[in-house]
Amino acid sequence: MKRFLIPLAIFLVLVGFLGIGLKLDPHEVPSPLVGKPAPDFQLALLSDPAKRLSLTDLRGKVWLLNVWASWCGSCRQEHETLLELSKQGIVPIYGMDYKDQPADAQAVLDRFGNPYVETVVDLDGRAGINFGVYGVPETYLIDKNGVIRYKQTGPVSRESLDKKILPLVKELQK
Amino acid sequence: MKSWMIVLALCFPLAAVAGEAKPVAEDPVLEQRMINLSEDLRCLVCQNESLAGSHAELAQDLRQEIREQMRAGKSDEQVVDYLTQRYGDFVLYKPPVKPLTWLLWFGPFALLIGAAGGLIAYIKRRGNRPADESLSEEEKKRVATLLGNGRNPE
Repeated sequence: MKRFLIPLAIFLVLVGFLGIGLKLDPHEVPSPLVGKPAPDFQLALLSDPAKRLSLTDLRGKVWLLNVWASWCGSCRQEHETLLELSKQGIVPIYGMDYKDQPADAQAVLDRFGNPYVETVVDLDGRAGINFGVYGVPETYLIDKNGVIRYKQTGPVSRESLDKKILPLVKELQK
Repeated sequence: MKSWMIVLALCFPLAAVAGEAKPVAEDPVLEQRMINLSEDLRCLVCQNESLAGSHAELAQDLRQEIREQMRAGKSDEQVVDYLTQRYGDFVLYKPPVKPLTWLLWFGPFALLIGAAGGLIAYIKRRGNRPADESLSEEEKKRVATLLGNGRNPE
């Protein structure tokens, strides 16, 4: 009997490891920027290219930075959720239009609605690189002192909002 | 879960779309240095490709960034620091040795030592087994028959 127990035990351990491996998403790269000050940016607004928005303008409030683009398919997936969130008025969402034609981005907002307080235009993707963006959509939660508190890669869902983002927002707004 | 489709889309068709000839780098020495460095860096989009070999747009941007930083006189270490500050150790194909990566670095050796120990224990246990008893009379006879009726093989 013992002879069979050992291979069986090894097999079960292996199954355990493989099972965990299946659940891990290799595309979720932990961001080293969580807990660090958000990189500064100074970018033109989509609504008015003559105006610029910088990180310091947003000091003192908790806000979400949503990096998106008109060419990004899964950004459409989260659009509805973001619209819902903006209507609730719990936390302001600022958009960053990443490597995109401003006209295309504006067309998306005109067609599907605009959840953003403002959208800044990151034409060459430099600001995106500073934020460690590697696949849009990405969403960053930034606190009153401009520190990144949470990062989500991939579309925001109702579930991720209720489970992670909104509880954290409430805590940070205190 | 459509993100993998985007990743695929980023990996392949852009290579064809971006087929327009790129200006040859003005400085071949710097270009070579950039390629050498980016071969040890991972492309965040196509994770099994190096930054040097990837056609993903982000990889192109990052290569350009490396080029510019090198031109500005930054050392290889400074460039790597710049990238790890933004993307973490994940961009490094050779992650630094630190408590978090000990298992990664030393795990295989621990496994090897463990396996060698197991093998030695097994061999020792087998060696300690009592030697087989000598042949019985009947067996001796059978051996003799097989070897040719007990004749001396000379």
